[in-house]
Amino acid sequence: MELLQFVISGLATGSIYALIGLSFAIIFNSTGIINFAQGEFVMLGGVLTICAITLLKLPLLAAILAAVAGTTLVGIIFERFAIRPLKNATPLSLIIITIGASILIRGVVMLLFGKDTQALPAFSGTTPIEVGSATLLPQHLWIFGVTILVIIGSRLFFHHTITGKAMRACSFNRRAASLVGISVWRMVLLSFVISSALGSLAGVIIAPLTMTAYDVGVMLGLKGFCAAIMGGMGSGLGTVLGGLILGILESLGAGLLSSGYKDAIAFFILLLILFVRPQGLFKKGETERV
Amino acid sequence: MAKKKKVALKSDKIKFLVFCLVVLLAPLPFAKGYLSNVLIFVGVNSMLALGLNLLLGYAGQISLGQAAFFGLGAYGSGVLTTQFTMNPWLAMVLVAVSVALFAFLIGFPVLKLKGHYLAMATLGVGIIANIAFNETVDLTGGPSGLSGIPNLSIGGFTFDNDLKNYYLVWGFALVAILLSLNLVNSRVGRGLRAIHDSEVAARVMGVNARIMKVQVFTFSALISALAGSLYAHVVTFISPTSFSFAVSVELLTMVVIGGLGSVYGSILGALLLTLLPELLRAFQDFDIIVYGLLLISMTIYLPGGLVRGIPELFRRLVPARRGNA
Repeated sequence: MELLQFVISGLATGSIYALIGLSFAIIFNSTGIINFAQGEFVMLGGVLTICAITLLKLPLLAAILAAVAGTTLVGIIFERFAIRPLKNATPLSLIIITIGASILIRGVVMLLFGKDTQALPAFSGTTPIEVGSATLLPQHLWIFGVTILVIIGSRLFFHHTITGKAMRACSFNRRAASLVGISVWRMVLLSFVISSALGSLAGVIIAPLTMTAYDVGVMLGLKGFCAAIMGGMGSGLGTVLGGLILGILESLGAGLLSSGYKDAIAFFILLLILFVRPQGLFKKGETERV
Repeated sequence: MAKKKKVALKSDKIKFLVFCLVVLLAPLPFAKGYLSNVLIFVGVNSMLALGLNLLLGYAGQISLGQAAFFGLGAYGSGVLTTQFTMNPWLAMVLVAVSVALFAFLIGFPVLKLKGHYLAMATLGVGIIANIAFNETVDLTGGPSGLSGIPNLSIGGFTFDNDLKNYYLVWGFALVAILLSLNLVNSRVGRGLRAIHDSEVAARVMGVNARIMKVQVFTFSALISALAGSLYAHVVTFISPTSFSFAVSVELLTMVVIGGLGSVYGSILGALLLTLLPELLRAFQDFDIIVYGLLLISMTIYLPGGLVRGIPELFRRLVPARRGNA
């Protein structure tokens, strides 16, 4: 009985992890960077929406659009001023830079908007819908809907548009891509645009369920990264499945074992996968070239 | 060549002795002041930064979970001395050995990973440890912390004020520095630097990269655990926030800003970043922003850290001297 309820809420948070995982994978595939500031984009989505509603008195939809646009702008600035100056950086300096950016973004948000936890109103009420023995919130449906749309959209974009194909070409081989006339730096910038927009969207749709504050990004970002690792850092179905599995396991673990260890479960799974199948759950291994 | 090396070693020794002297005299101007309290934490952070620098700066292996070892050391000592009334020194040894063993065991699967994956795995270890500190309320007191940890004492002599604790902590720190200096100038140190440049090349040259990485990981965990035990006995109160992900990041900042692959760079970084929040106290919340900005701009403009950046800057500002020579 309760099981179904856990699975439903697990699927909802899992969808969020999947979206964040996808946004991780998009930057990783075009630049080879794991963006430790990804979680801050998610946080910005929620926080900026609340600000747009309370300060600018915008209606919900406009507020969401403004928040996504604002976050995307942050993503562009980040790429332009922190990533692009380092042309031949080692993974280490990139890790440190993105960590620095994440601290900076969090700090600015904390100073501007305060440390309080705030809630975004649910998009279409909070009347629960009965599903068998469990209940579903309208917000859950929003989350599922947006996730499905994003998956279909990204599939169409990456496989059926010329720009999407060019971005995939960059992830396979940057030099070859630039030799056939693809502007690699433009693709990198575009990947930051898509990724920050996607991350903030995830942050917006989860905010009514979990509340939001300046510091929610770290955990959400790391969970999204777990999802991406489970999917083998691909930008496809593997990451989505990874996110959903993680969400369900976490929700079951919290419900059946102990809610205090909820986050530990996610990281335990992450370690297990890294140790046993570092190439992801659904991918074949690749040999590394030196 | 041999002679040159001997000279280099001799200058290393002099450098270390000068450093010892500085440490010895540093607290005298403000013996009773609040700064000597801060200098104790510089010592603790120096040990932690040094441990991370051996791993990161020399072997090129990132760890975002150093706070876990620091915390295990502190909580190990704290719990054993308060809940089980064990002798603090015995507890310290016991905890250091167990933490080192723990690091050794997880070192094999963890250090098989590279780059971002290694960063994430160590981060995972750190977060799991922090959750454990929060959740095992019976032992650790959970989020409200563990208090009443006794000060260390030898015979009838108790380390119960800032000055005594300063010399206690720095005594340990100096031993750690000496050991590290010897380590990096040994065959192991050269092997580690070879791994840093190219692990495959190092292995082809006969460096057992796998074991060596695990060894340095274990050593860095050992130093961190000792720093944790000292911290617990000096402060006498510990809570999980002192061992969070943010602390691991702070240590990373110290190492990067001080200078990767430099023993004294770690100390310089620890000194700077421990004093910085005290200097920025007037702005309280701004320190997080200064942190982020420092981290980004230092990585972009001073990739070698202060320890290399300052002499470089000096050379650039005084070009005439180099021209004459």
